[in-house]
This record gives sequence, structure tokens and C-alpha cells, in this order.
Amino acid sequence: MSIPGASILDVRGLIAGYEPGLSIVKGASIHADEREIVVILGPNGAGKSSFIKAIAGLVPITGGEVLLDGRDITFGAAHLRVRQGLAFVPQTENIFPLMTVEENLRVAGGVLAKGEVQARIDETYTMFPDLARQRKLAAGSLSGGQRQMLAVGRALIVHPRVLMLDEPSAGLSPKFVEMVFARLSEIRRAGLTIVLVEQNARAALAIGDRAYVLVEGREAHEGRAATLWDDPVVAELYLGQRRPA
Amino acid sequence: MNLQFIVDGLISGSLIGLGAIGITLTYAILRFSNFAHGDFMAWGAYGTLSVVAAIGALVGTTTPIGALSFGWPLILAAIIGMALTACLALALDWLLFARLRDRGQSIIVVMASFGASMALRSLLEFIFTSSPNYFSRGIQMAIPMGFGVRITPDQMVMLATTVILVTAMHLFMSRSQTGREMRAYSQNPALARVVGIDTARVVRATWIIGAALACAAGIMVGILVQIRPLMGLDLLLPMFAAAILGGIGSVPGAVLGGLIIGLSEAAAVQLIGAEWRAAIAFAILMAVLLVRPMGLFGRAER
Repeated sequence: MSIPGASILDVRGLIAGYEPGLSIVKGASIHADEREIVVILGPNGAGKSSFIKAIAGLVPITGGEVLLDGRDITFGAAHLRVRQGLAFVPQTENIFPLMTVEENLRVAGGVLAKGEVQARIDETYTMFPDLARQRKLAAGSLSGGQRQMLAVGRALIVHPRVLMLDEPSAGLSPKFVEMVFARLSEIRRAGLTIVLVEQNARAALAIGDRAYVLVEGREAHEGRAATLWDDPVVAELYLGQRRPA
Repeated sequence: MNLQFIVDGLISGSLIGLGAIGITLTYAILRFSNFAHGDFMAWGAYGTLSVVAAIGALVGTTTPIGALSFGWPLILAAIIGMALTACLALALDWLLFARLRDRGQSIIVVMASFGASMALRSLLEFIFTSSPNYFSRGIQMAIPMGFGVRITPDQMVMLATTVILVTAMHLFMSRSQTGREMRAYSQNPALARVVGIDTARVVRATWIIGAALACAAGIMVGILVQIRPLMGLDLLLPMFAAAILGGIGSVPGAVLGGLIIGLSEAAAVQLIGAEWRAAIAFAILMAVLLVRPMGLFGRAER
């Protein structure tokens, strides 16, 4: 059982990388509380994407701890993390293009009891009516924004405790970015904890509660999302220089 | 013109197609060309033959079913043979392929499959000698079908069995959760893990299905022709041609590819001469690939 107010996701001193001896994530720590939106920012090459992938189980972890609801999942297989309530939406290639929209949802329902799958798919269609209309189409034929919706809908199908997203706004038009972030706010209100890595700092901070700035593989700064944008330390870390007024 | 080549082509084509399903799935999911796949056919046929002999030793002589050349022991033995061949494939994966796959270089896995193929074949020759074996030595009368076409009862049953197996396979891949997971894994292994798919289970399912179907094809070759240690090797290239022709990863494609190769080989034997058999099949393969590099049913991803 989780303790009220305690961190649902607690990452401590994470060290991770694809090659042995070549760490990209060098001791980063973050935590996310219930119903919180936590934003991870940072300059290019800071290791944000590797960090979130390591938490999802896709990048080998060599040190540190990942605790989900107090349970140690540091070295668990990626597919088991999903079953334990940690869902992840990758930045690119986050759908199965040759399968239909409905098959994309159904394949993720493998962890659910058989009788539950259809109800969860219907629930996803209610949340994203566009997907319902396109259920029979190959997912590869969807637009960028619709693909992102499908990827988010698919991640939510297992009713995770924590939803992690890697740059959900990448490659989307401003209209879709606004829509994706509005949806994320709604999802949080429904009781989820969200952790997102973003380049689009302004849009992410607008919906976020707290934010971390990751530099060279570890967190260099933490603060309330609302005030972080104007924090001179962030400008220094993020851009490596003072932001023009 | 004698149309017998159509029956001959359909039969050899369906055997090639059944074998090609395993090759296309191994390639799409495990991402390597398994050159030991033909030897799964031969091992399956010999395994089944051994089970038939064991049943014969236990229950004595049985009568064939209707006009067929074989009785119920072969049907029972075929099911056991398919399970044994699946175990052989899983054992080989555990012993060899999985270890090399983890290191990430597919060419090393391919070379290992060459080695495994030779080892498996030599082992068969060692145990059973290289002289041919038969499920039945009886001679079947072919039934005239008109237009100069004749077909034996065994051949009819083999064609029907192929249709049933292929249809079942197609439904399995398109409707079952395991089939969906296999297709998802073949498109994007990392994303498959993220959506909660147990990838070890997908790998096991791939070996089991591929090996069981290879065994089925091996048994059919054994019933219709003969059982030899080299029987799988002889069909290896046509099976690869069928898998590529149909489009890697596509089950209906592998079967259609098998039928095209089988029919064109049979037509070449009848119309041009037996020495052109292999050449014609590969000429068709190359022509199709020049027009559609992804094969008939293959789709360019993303």
C-alpha cells in the first residue's frame, strides 16, 4: 500500500547507459508524488531521454534505485514494470504502424484479464473519439497528433499509476501540442502521476507542478514549475547563457 | 498440354509454403535467416517415423485409413513429432541462438545456424544412415480427375491438411493475443516491451510454431516422397525463395510464395526440362523482387 503523500515514483542516484562503462545517466534522482506532473528539462545531450528510458527498463541500469510505490523495480524487465503500474510513451516509433488502431490498443491489453480488455478499449475511445472513428485503419496512416493520442491511449489502457512520456510534443503543430498537454492535465485530474521529458519547456511548465533540470546526466536544479521559467539559474543551466529578455 | 503439373506444383508448393512460414517468422521476429530450418523438417520426419515404429511395436500392425497409405498411428505420431520438433528448436535456441542473439550480431547467428544445420544432418545420418526410409511401402493408385490429371488419395489429404494448417495459422496470427504480440514484436521489439509484452514468450512461440509446421511439412514429404537426412536441405532454398517472394513476416505471403515456386518449378519440368527447375523459380523470384522489393505481401514499414 502506498502511504498518502509519499512519492509514488522515487528514483535515486540512477546510473545507466547502453555500453558498459559509458554511463549517460550519471547519478540522477527525481521523485514524483501522487497526481503530480513532473517535468524534466535540460539542454540537448543532457541524458533526459536515456534517463526516462532507463526508468522504463529500456536502457541498462548499472547503479541507483527505482522505487515504484515503495517497491524496488530497478532491475525488473520492462514488460513487468508495465504490469506493476509504470507506463511509458516513447518519443518516436511509439505505435505499431502495420497494425490497426484497435489492434494497437488490444495488444497492450495482454496484461489485463480477458473480460476487461473490450471495456478498456471502449474507455479509450470515449477519451479519444478520433481513434474510435479510425479503429480499423492501419496506425501508420494516422497523423502525428493522432499517433501521439494512440500512444497515450495505449499506455493508459492498463490503468497505470505513473505515466511517463518522452517529448510528447515533438514534431507536432502548435494546435496539437496544446491538445496533447490539455489531455495530460485531464489525465492527471483523473488520478494519475505524470513524468514528462520536454524540449518545449514553456508548454510543459504551464501544466507541470514541479520540474527538474537535467545537465550532463544528473539533476542540477529542482523547483516549482510555475516559477522555474523565470529562475535565472535555470536559464544559465538550460541555455548555458542568460536568456535574452 | 498435360495439366498434371498443376497438381504436382500445388503439392510441392504447399510443402514449400508450410516450411516457409517458419522461415518468414524466424526472420521477422528473431531477425536472422535460420539455415537449420530445413533440418527441423528432416528431424520432424525421422522423429515421427520413430514414434510410428514405437507405436507399431506396442500395438502391432494396423490397417490404413480408407484408401490412404497410412493408419491412425501416423496421425498420433505426427502430433508427438511436432511437439518433439518444437522441443528440438527450443533446445537449440537455449543452447546456441539465444546466447549469440544477445550479443547482437545477426550474421554470427546465421553462421551458427549453418553449423547447427550440418550438425543436425550428420547426426541424422549417424543414427538412421543416409539410405531413404518410408512411412509406407504400399503403392497408391492415382485417381483420374479429367484433363489428364491424376491425384492420389494421400496427395488429396496432404493438400487439405495444408489448407487447414495455413488457415489456422492465419487466424492465430490475426486473432489471438499471442499472434498480435508476435506481429507487434516483429515491428518494434523495444516498443513491444514497453507495452507489456513478454518478449521471451514471443520468441518461444515463434520457435514452437515454426518447428511444428516444419515437422508437418517433413512428414508430408515423407508420406509423398521419402524420408532422407538431406530432405530438408533440398527444400531450404525454395523455402527461402518462398518467404522472400511472399514478403518477410507474412504468413499468407509465405504460402503464396511457396505455391508460386512449386507451380513454376513443376511447369518448368514439364514445359522446358527438369534441369531448368531451380532456375525458373529463382528467375521469378528475381523478377518479382525487382518490381516489389518488399515481396508480394510485405509492406514498407512506416
